[in-house]
Amino acid sequence: GGRGPAGSGSSLLLSSLAGQQDYDLLVIGGGSGGLACAKEAAQLGRNVAVVDYVEPSPRGTRWGLGGTCVNVGCIPKKLMHYAALLGPMIRDAHHYGWEVAQPIQHDWKKMAEAVQNHVKSLNWGHRVQLQDRKVKYFNIKASFVNKHTVCGIAKGGKETLLSAEHIVIATGGRPKYPTHIEGALEYGITSDDIFWLKESPGKTPSPADVALECAGFLTGIGLDATVMMRSIPLRGFDQQMSALVTEHMESHGTRFLRGCAPSHVRKLPDGRLQVTWKDGISGKEDTGTFDTVLWAIGRVPETGSLSLGRAGVNTNPKTQKILVDSQEATSVPHIYAIGDVAEGRPELTPTAIMAGRLLAQRLFGKSSDLMDYNNVPTTVFTPLEYGCVGLSEEEAMAQHGQEQVEVYHAYYKPLEFTVAERDASQCYIKMVCLREPPQLVLGLHFLGPNAGEVTQGFALGIKCGASYAQVMQTVGIHPTCAEEVVKLRISKRSGLDPTVTGC
Amino acid sequence: MRVREGGEGTRSRVIQALLPSGPDSETGTFLLQVKELFSSLGVNYNILELDQIDDGAGIQEMLIEITNQKTVPNIFVNKVHVGGCDQAFQSGLLQKLLQEYLAYDYDLIVIGGGSGGLSCAKEAANLGKKVMVLDFVVPSPRGTTWGLGGTCVNVGCIPKKLMHQAALLGQALHDSRKFGWEYSQLVKHNWETMTEAIQNHIGSLNWGYRLSLREKGVTYINSYGEFVGQHKIKATNRKGQETFYTAAKFVIATGERPRYLGIPGDKEYCVTSDDLFSLPYCPGKTLVVGASYVALECSGFLTGFGLDITVMVRSVLLRGFDQEMAEKVGSYMEQHGVKFLRKFIPVMIQQLEKGSPGKLKVSAKSTEGAETIEDVYNTVLLAVGRDSCTRNIGLEKIGVSISERNGKIPVNDVEQTNVPHVYAIGDILEGKPELTPVAIQAGKLLARRLFGASLEKCDYINVPTIVFTPLEYGCCGLSEEKAIEVYKKENLEVYHTLFWPLEWMVAGRDNNTCCAKIICNKLDSDRVLGFHVLGPNAGEITQGFAAAMKCGLTKQLLDDTVGIHPTCGEVGNRRFLPLASVGGV
Repeated sequence: GGRGPAGSGSSLLLSSLAGQQDYDLLVIGGGSGGLACAKEAAQLGRNVAVVDYVEPSPRGTRWGLGGTCVNVGCIPKKLMHYAALLGPMIRDAHHYGWEVAQPIQHDWKKMAEAVQNHVKSLNWGHRVQLQDRKVKYFNIKASFVNKHTVCGIAKGGKETLLSAEHIVIATGGRPKYPTHIEGALEYGITSDDIFWLKESPGKTPSPADVALECAGFLTGIGLDATVMMRSIPLRGFDQQMSALVTEHMESHGTRFLRGCAPSHVRKLPDGRLQVTWKDGISGKEDTGTFDTVLWAIGRVPETGSLSLGRAGVNTNPKTQKILVDSQEATSVPHIYAIGDVAEGRPELTPTAIMAGRLLAQRLFGKSSDLMDYNNVPTTVFTPLEYGCVGLSEEEAMAQHGQEQVEVYHAYYKPLEFTVAERDASQCYIKMVCLREPPQLVLGLHFLGPNAGEVTQGFALGIKCGASYAQVMQTVGIHPTCAEEVVKLRISKRSGLDPTVTGC
Repeated sequence: MRVREGGEGTRSRVIQALLPSGPDSETGTFLLQVKELFSSLGVNYNILELDQIDDGAGIQEMLIEITNQKTVPNIFVNKVHVGGCDQAFQSGLLQKLLQEYLAYDYDLIVIGGGSGGLSCAKEAANLGKKVMVLDFVVPSPRGTTWGLGGTCVNVGCIPKKLMHQAALLGQALHDSRKFGWEYSQLVKHNWETMTEAIQNHIGSLNWGYRLSLREKGVTYINSYGEFVGQHKIKATNRKGQETFYTAAKFVIATGERPRYLGIPGDKEYCVTSDDLFSLPYCPGKTLVVGASYVALECSGFLTGFGLDITVMVRSVLLRGFDQEMAEKVGSYMEQHGVKFLRKFIPVMIQQLEKGSPGKLKVSAKSTEGAETIEDVYNTVLLAVGRDSCTRNIGLEKIGVSISERNGKIPVNDVEQTNVPHVYAIGDILEGKPELTPVAIQAGKLLARRLFGASLEKCDYINVPTIVFTPLEYGCCGLSEEKAIEVYKKENLEVYHTLFWPLEWMVAGRDNNTCCAKIICNKLDSDRVLGFHVLGPNAGEITQGFAAAMKCGLTKQLLDDTVGIHPTCGEVGNRRFLPLASVGGV
């Protein structure tokens, strides 16, 4: 590879000395994408190194190898979501003949410990896997020295220089703090901290998005949770579905402060936090007292400390994300970026993993397969789970025009809800299709129990180019919730009642 | 084009002919004949003369689209296209058809008010037909009866899934402590509370079916139906009163009932799935005889309630299913407290004590040697298969042939028996899956073919299904055994993977238990022939895979699809390893 103009004296020296690089591949960031890429490259016989370093959160929370998903994302979130689902299940159990004596309480400490122990075992597992595949692992904070060289600083301040033929940036992102709000940084926490709290967060307000999942499980384990949001919930998702998600949460005890923006957070003498906010509609100020304030207002990519300029890697000045092409290559051909740090990519673990794996196969295998970022399925683990793949109704209308889109939908009642006397008002499915036969499926949206499990297979179907007719020709599995998908007969256009009754 | 219904109350037959009123030609003559025929029969008919109305050409084009017939006249009887001016009509077939339509009480009588029968009846009614459903539940030897809706609703899928759910909740209670929930250690299961809740739900479903039949104008009679003539049926009610009805067409959808062993004491003392779900008392220590999915599902949830359960198996588990998966289902059950007695069959059941439950002594003998065993149980549940309800409905009187061996009814690919106006759907079909959604689909499509203009046939290929054993087993397509038989081993690649659901890890539950397997055809771009998954929510997972298989899923597409993290469905996106390389793990 060519050597560009070096940014500093030391790197000048380095590049002139280096006839050969230390590694075939250096991965910066040991999250899902980075590890997948590193392991795949090692499997293909290459000499690979991974550098990973967790900068403690402003509250001092830190964690091990594996990145956001394992430590402060999907894994602990789904486990706490499951813990919260168990609450209603214990209540259901009574209808199914189980005699459970009151009182039923939840112990945060016990749950958190179990979750944290599991996460630690995963950290360990990642270490072992790297070792097994002979991937060199450095717990150092990396920044570029030049196009082929990275300098890492260890906890104690010791510097290490590493050079590589190919470099993959997979540093992910971290939660954003609203630093303009007085007391936000000082007293607030983020998703980086919530899963590692030793004590119950108590009464918690949390502004939007990851917020819905967190507020959902906090409510589920019996805490008083309030979601404060400035505009709409689940931006980017189908808005009808999002509205149903929040409606369900509201009916199960989560409070919502809509159109409100916090202005400051103060600590009261008793240690509780007083939040002041402004109601955007009435213009009035209001205050409330909480135990914990969780900020979930978005994430910022971890690109600031990488000295990308020294390598010549371009970022989008607005988002700070790294610009990449369809090969995941940055403005510097042998430097790549995958996962949440790359501009325009879905911020999802499995996409990062697949992108990382495919990248390694292209670099070191004989593959030319590109990552397909279309029709990526995902699930929001709110108390009533929301799974989706493909286009939202709004997107479909925008891309194809209202006249060209047919939406089939149904409200249904999961069988298990009947005996448990649970309310199923928000259990809803819609399939967004092209109107013209064979009515290609553009998107599927499923709100109900096990939404992730239901959605996965249909994502495959959509990948296979499923038409509405083909989905309807699929025989249902009785009695499941997923079978309601293959029974969607009512189109929105028909105006008929979409409530499903009977078998 | 829309055909209006005639006067209310009377049976009105609307007959419509769309004709050119040209002065010359054969068709002109035919027109007169048809008009005369209609008049002579006194039927209520409309004639739309295409060349005398605006947009006659447009209508003719639509007609071609609907009927594929390019010529006129184009005759519809009761919304059904019956043809045009051809030899058949001139030779008197039209007259015969018309007379038949007019001669019977009903257009369609469905015998059996289960999932398939009801679906067919309702669809036929939707298409404007006069329909009757006969349903009658012959009490089980133990005296159990139930309402409208058939096996699935009353003594099948619905109560089974709910009891399975009850057992899963027991497991959830257990897990919940690991997730921080705290409550008294003393947790007991109350059979009566559960059964009452489930039966209440079933009651509401029975009621719902009655209502929906009424709404659609289907006549429902709670009587036992039996053929007495080609187009005539005898309906006998609970009191023994007989009524006779006639219909142009019949659909047999009588389903099946549990089989007994034919050994001393079986009908007197044993229960079947017909009785279990409404059993007024907890069955206690139970012997389950059989290894069908019914046997394994029931023994699974009964064990989940904390009961002492033994399954007596003559030969293999889950016959017809993938045997590798079936054995895994069994070994998971064994690990969770179900006892298996393999290669034994019961020979005699004796009552030691009456009661709710009482005590029964079961004698059994080995299938391999002379060994005999005896043990005492509170309840013996037989789940050794099901027999078609086809032998006592007068089929022999009208010449509908049934399989001597198993009583099943052979049909062609449009569900027609050897007697052309008699059709059959559901569990009584020879060689077809015995599943509710299949019967529903078959019934609906049959009605559309009979009374709509549809030609769509029921597709019995790649039907997904689920076994609600404690570890759920979902599958679609071929078992490995069947795939080898059809495609030969050398043309197949089998991939599989083990997985450990996230929630199980923290709950400290069984690793190396859940698994998925796909069987691909190497000669057809690694197309997926069979999908098998063993794990929580297997049914929810399998449904979408079934849809994907309908769309021609291949291994490559499976590899290219992004998973949803963290779910079990994600297994589809894991790297399935070729079976050989994992050495049969």
